[in-house]
This record gives sequence, structure tokens and C-alpha cells, in this order.
Amino acid sequence: MTTMTTTTTTVLDASGVTMRFGGLTAVRSVDLTVNSGEIVGLIGPNGAGKTTFFNCLTGLYVPTEGKVSYKGTVLPAKPHLVTDAGIARTFQNIRLFANMTVLENVLVGRHTRTKEGLWSALLRGPGFKKAEAASHARAMELLEFIGLAHKADHLSRNLPYGEQRKLEIARALASEPGLLLLDEPTAGMNPQETRAAEELVFAIRDQGIAVLVIEHDMRFIFNLCDRVAVLVQGEKLVEGSSETVQADERVIAAYLGTPFEGAPGAAEVAEVEAAEAEAAEASADTPAEGKTP
Amino acid sequence: MTTNTTKNSGSPAKTPASTPASTLPLPPAAARIAVLAGSAAALIGTFLAWTWTTSFPGDLTVTGYPGGLQTITLVGAALTLLFTLAGQGIRGLGWLIPGGTNSPVLLLSLGVLGTTGYTMGAIAEHLGGIVNLEPGAWISGIGALIAVIGALGLPSDLPADEPHTSPWQRLRHSLKAPAPPRAKTLPDWIEILIIAASFGIGLYVLAYGIEAYSELFIGFLITTIFGATALNRAGLIPRLNTLTAKHRNVTFTAAIVAAALFPFTQTDASYALIGVNILIFATVALGLNVVVGLAGLLDLGYVAFLGVGAYTAALVSGSPASTFDVHFPFWAAVLTGAAASLAFGVIIGAPTLRLRGDYLAIVTLGFGEIFRITMNNLNGSAGPDLTNGAQGIPNIPDLEILGWNLGIEHEILGFTLSRPANYYLLMLFFTAVVVLVFRRSGESRIGRAWVAIREDETAATAMGINGFRVKLIAFALGATLAGFAGTVQAHVSYSITPEQYLFANTVPPNSAFLLAAVILGGMGTISGPLIGAALLYLIPAKLQFLEDYQLLLFGLALILLMRFRPEGLVANKRAQLEYHETDQLDVPDQQKLPEGTVGASKAGA
Repeated sequence: MTTMTTTTTTVLDASGVTMRFGGLTAVRSVDLTVNSGEIVGLIGPNGAGKTTFFNCLTGLYVPTEGKVSYKGTVLPAKPHLVTDAGIARTFQNIRLFANMTVLENVLVGRHTRTKEGLWSALLRGPGFKKAEAASHARAMELLEFIGLAHKADHLSRNLPYGEQRKLEIARALASEPGLLLLDEPTAGMNPQETRAAEELVFAIRDQGIAVLVIEHDMRFIFNLCDRVAVLVQGEKLVEGSSETVQADERVIAAYLGTPFEGAPGAAEVAEVEAAEAEAAEASADTPAEGKTP
Repeated sequence: MTTNTTKNSGSPAKTPASTPASTLPLPPAAARIAVLAGSAAALIGTFLAWTWTTSFPGDLTVTGYPGGLQTITLVGAALTLLFTLAGQGIRGLGWLIPGGTNSPVLLLSLGVLGTTGYTMGAIAEHLGGIVNLEPGAWISGIGALIAVIGALGLPSDLPADEPHTSPWQRLRHSLKAPAPPRAKTLPDWIEILIIAASFGIGLYVLAYGIEAYSELFIGFLITTIFGATALNRAGLIPRLNTLTAKHRNVTFTAAIVAAALFPFTQTDASYALIGVNILIFATVALGLNVVVGLAGLLDLGYVAFLGVGAYTAALVSGSPASTFDVHFPFWAAVLTGAAASLAFGVIIGAPTLRLRGDYLAIVTLGFGEIFRITMNNLNGSAGPDLTNGAQGIPNIPDLEILGWNLGIEHEILGFTLSRPANYYLLMLFFTAVVVLVFRRSGESRIGRAWVAIREDETAATAMGINGFRVKLIAFALGATLAGFAGTVQAHVSYSITPEQYLFANTVPPNSAFLLAAVILGGMGTISGPLIGAALLYLIPAKLQFLEDYQLLLFGLALILLMRFRPEGLVANKRAQLEYHETDQLDVPDQQKLPEGTVGASKAGA
């Protein structure tokens, strides 16, 4: 917590991000900032647009409106340039390079931080060897960090599920990011593995990397995050500390639904039926049905 | 995973719970005697006459001196004997069978039966009836049959997990063999010697195949296929692979030296010509392997890049039919050809590599055809006069490199180097360069990026890889390598015509055969496309009587291969694991099997 005393800078600043797919607005003018040394959670019911928002941040989607900037510079909408700038991510459904070894997966993550092109690979000068050795050393260090160093030579597809998740994080860390985006890092994990993942995220934060995490596991989120934003139907509903979010009635409503104000009486049923009948007759004027809460 | 380790350590001990099954219910001792007696009979038979007339190719009439197909039966029978004796536990032969014991014997005896049976059939067919068979053929044939029956009665190397009821299942099971345990490390110089000797034998076998006539080649093919599978099952090839993986530069040198010795062993220039054509084909296939095997881009028009290189070199090399009145030195022609191919690669790649999968295949297929048709039309009447249309560019002069005229015969140390032999050595240099380029680019940041793109393009871009850029590099590199080969091809074949660069043809190289060589040989490997190209060149060249059925058989062979060995003849470790759901074979080495268990496996067998 000593890091808090140093001046916090804004790592990620997304403002007014809107993503429309044809007529469907998946994300509607969402603002979100992540500061250095912070773990921010992004929660919301299924289909709320969390992953779409992630894809907008990382350049997989070009947002219809709004802009995303990283440490003050506006990010280009190309995934590899976003990674180059310093944002790394994992995927909701694990996307490792299944037929590469564990070590090779992490080495691929080093791509943006090494510059050896085809010529140096063909000529194999001392610079190339040094860079390869450095990459290997760094990759092994990361495997050490997540505890997979002993499985460096295994194919990543043969790892158990939890280790694949970890490896995906190591691969993302290999690109030396300033911000790590985790898309449901504990999906499918048992409580012990979830706890280990928590420790891992804290350890990553302690290395000075800001983390933005999507998760459905509320205990995980509220243990972990300094700040939580709630996304519902593409819009940011509320943002604040765990307590604020947990106490917010709208959040509860979004997850559990609102209780009826009284049971639906016969009168209401009749009203609805009448409205439907009228609509079927293709009549233009329907009775006002928008009952604003 | 745990089950696997227990299975591995358990199988040599042959736990009584699962008894090894044999295909035929024979007592093992009797089966072994049958194999020995049968192989010995087959071996002795080869020293007798098999037919009465020399009109069957290879002269099988001499008693006391095996010739032609008899030699192949002889070698097969001798190997069967050797492996059977090794299985008996004869001292000094144990090194032959670190892996399977009885499955290699079965495979070898099947090979002998196949070769002998084929020879008898061919004699009968050629001369009109089985009356033309002399007793020697019958002795060998019946001996081979007895050996196979005996081998079918040998217990299988792996204990049956479940009782196999049908004979076919039992046969398939008894062909399986355990993987060899880790070898004890020998002194470096012995390992290097083993590699060198293996390459020497390999070269000898290949040279034998190149020189063989149709009938002999079929027998050669049967024995080689069964023999190579047998060596694989016996664990010798896996052992060799670990050695070559350990001494890669030695292997590379040994392979180059062995290949360079080939023209010196040839007296007939036509065999050296086959050699140089195989090398051209193999080199282009290896270039295609960068594109297909590493980057995963399906290119169906790859032969066009060979054509671009060949046409460019032909145009600037002083052919009288060339529209350019220039005569570049060879190095300049090579660079021009490669540069032209590179340019075409980029021009074709830049718009199309934004497509994925099938679309790219279709566009490249189209480009291949466009190239050929354009070369046809640039003849002065349908278009500007550049390539002389369908007549092509004839009379491409021979090369002269450093005062060494490749067009004439040379005498070196008493060996005659013919014109094709000269070009063979030149082409070998290019092949070596391409092998190095493949290896070095594959094992680097850019090579990993290619594989990552192949595996999952979205994840790869999310890891900071500029997908378009690295794909374009792969495509352009592949094109350049084909261009290199094309420049030599133009000189070797004197003249080039558009019809040499078809999508599918009975004569390689063409796009379909190139792709087949890569897939059949093994994607992403170095030796795979080389072996695949050699086979795909030799088989059509040697079996010309199959002309009409060639493409049909070719298709059939590809289907069978994809069904039974989808990773190709030479599998890289990755592909092997990808296609066969073995549970955790990639654990580096099974260290818990020291030398003692090998002996146990032999005693139990």
C-alpha cells in the first residue's frame, strides 16, 4: 500500500466508448479510468457488454464512438499496436497456442519487446543470440512466477485447465504491459484455484501493473478490487468501492430483477390482452404501455 | 498421466493380467522356428534361378549369384533373420531392437513376402504363365509365406488392453510396438559415426532406388516401406532421431556430404538428372513448407513462383530467344530471379493475405493459373512479345561459374562428372541454403510468430504480432526460395515453357505435387518435404506404365496416408501429438526406464 503515496497516474482512460453492431448497441458511452497500481473490477450480468468493451479497449473492435487512451496517448484500433503500447489481455475462452510448448507460448508474448527480424534470424549474429537468450531468461522467470517452470517443455494443450489460465496470464505479462486486462480469469476454477488466482493478481499489481478484471465470482471481485464498475445492458450503471456497489439497489435489480409492485391482477391481464388484440388489428394507437418505474 | 507411466513401466515386465496376444494361435517357439526356417529358405532361394529366360528384366536365371529383384528378397530375408535372432536374445544383436521385438519381424517378413510374391507374379505375367517359374522362385516364395505365418504366431509386443476377437484387430495390434527407452549416452564421436553411417546407408538405398528399373523399383518400394516401418517399430529410427536432434550441425553436414557424393557414384548421366530434378522439387517443396507448414497459409499456386524465377533467369541469361539482349553472370541472374519472385510474392500477398483460410487458397490457385496463361499470351500476337508464348524460351545457355563450365563433362580424381552431375552439385548448394533458411527462420522470433498465427490468429494479434506483416514475410520468403530454385531449373532443363507450371500434372513439380510433398512428408519439418519430394518424383518416373492411373493412385495414396498417418511420413513432435491423442507423450524423457528394463522386455518377449 506504500505505492498509494506516490502520485497516481491514469493508465487507462476510456471516454464515451460506444459500440454498435448494426441496430444493436452493445456498449453505450461508457467512461472508465484505471489508475496505476489499481485493480478495477468490471461486473455485470451475462450479455451486458463486458467482453465487447474489452475488445474495444484492445483494438479487436473499432468503437463506433469514443476514444481510448493509454497513459495519455490515444490508442490506435489495431490489436498488435495496443499490445505494443502496453495493454495485454487474456481471453474469456482460453486462447493459448495449443500446439506450442508452454515456453514457446510465453516467448510469443515477448514479440513486441524484441525486434529481431528475418534477417537477423537468418544471419544469427551475436545480437540475435543475446536477444534470444534474454527472451528465454525472461520467459523462464515468468514461468517461475506463475509456477509452471517445470512444465516448460509441455504442449500447452496438455496442461490442466487452471494452469492454462495461469499460462495465459504469463503470456500476457511477457509483453511487459502497464495494464493487464483479465477476462473472467477464474471461470471454471474451484475455490482453491480461485484463491491462488487472487494471490497471483495481487502479485501482479505489486509489480506495478494495473489490472482491469471481468469476473462473475463476486467474492473474488470484492476481495480483490479497489474499485468496481457495473455494466448493465451496455451502460455503466454505477462505479465505486465494493461497499457502494454491493449496497446499490440498481445493481441488485440488474442481477436479481425487481420485485413486482403487487401481484398482476385480472385487470392488468385483461389490459395486456386487449393491447395485444389491438396490435394484431394493426391499429396505430395502442394504449400507453410504458409504465415507468 | 499417471496411468500412462504405469503402463510404460509395466509393459516390459509383461504383467500376467494381460497376456500378449498373437494373430495366429501358434506356440511361440514353433512360430519362431517357422520364421527362421522360412526366412532361411527365402534367402537360399535367391541363390537359385527363378526363371529360365533373361527376357525378364534383371537376369534371374543365374544360379549362385542373386540379381535384380532376388537381391531385394535376399536383403529382406537377411534382415528378417537378423531381427528374429536378435529377438532370441543372441548376444551382440540386442541393439537392433530397443523398441519392439516381434512387430519388426512381422513387418519384415511381410515385406519379403510382398517382394517375392510380386516378383513371381510379374514373371508369370511377363512371360505368360507360372510354368516360367523355376524352383528357386518357389523355394523363396513358400519360404517367405512360412515366415509370415510364423511371424503371425509370435506374441505381440504390447499386452492387449482388451481381448481382440477379429483377426484383423489382432493383426493391427501385433504391429504395434512400445517406444524405445532412452538410450545410454555414447561418446560423441561414436554418435557422430552412427549418424554418418546412417546417412551413408540412406544415400545408398536412395541411389539404388534412383537407378532401379520399373520392376525392381516396385520390389524396392515394397521392401523399403515395410523395412522402414520395421526399423521404426524396432526403435532404431526413434533412436537415430534423438541422435540427430542432439548433433544437428553434424547431421546437416553428413546429409550434405552424403548427397554430394551421389553424382560420384553415378556413371550414367540420366540418374544424375533424376537427382537434380528431385533436388529442385525438394527445394521448392521446402520453400512451400515455410508458407504452409510454419505460417499455415494454404498456397495452391506456388509453382508460379518457381516459374517467375525460371522465366526471369531465362530472359537475362542470354538465350537467343530472349527479348532482352543481356547475359548476366549467374549470381546476377539468380538475384534477379529471386528478386522477381519476391516482388511477385509481395504483389500477390499484399492484397490476399488479408483473407483467411479458404479464400487465400482460391486466390493463390487463381494466381498460379494467371501466371501460366499470361506467359502463354505474352507472345507478340495476343500481347506484347516477352516470353515467346507457348514455345517458351529455348536454348538457355549453360552456366559457367568461376571458369567451371557446367555444361561439359569434368574429370575429378578419376570420377566423371556429367552435365547433370554438375548441376546437381550446384542445386545441392541451393538446397543447403534453403534448409538453413528454413531452420533458422523457423527457430526465431519470426518463426514463433508464424506458428502462433497458424495456431490462433486472434490471440496472436492480441500478443502484439502484426498478423498481416508476418504472413507477408512468410509468403515473400517462400516465393523467394522458389525463385532461387527456378533460376537453376531454367538452366538445367535448357528450355522453359508455360506448360511446366501447371496446377496438377503427372510430372512434378506442380502446385498439387508440391503441396502433396509437404503434407505427405510432414508439415513443418525439414526432412519431411525432402523425402516426400523424392518419393513423389521417383514413383511417377519409375512407374510410367501406370500413366493413365497415376493421378488416381496418387489420390488414393494421399487418402490412405491421411487416414493412417495424418502427420506425414516424418512427423515433428508437435504434429504427432496433435493428431494422435496420446496422453502426455511430450514428457521429455521417461527417465525411469534404465538399461535393465530393456533386457527384461527381451526376456519376456
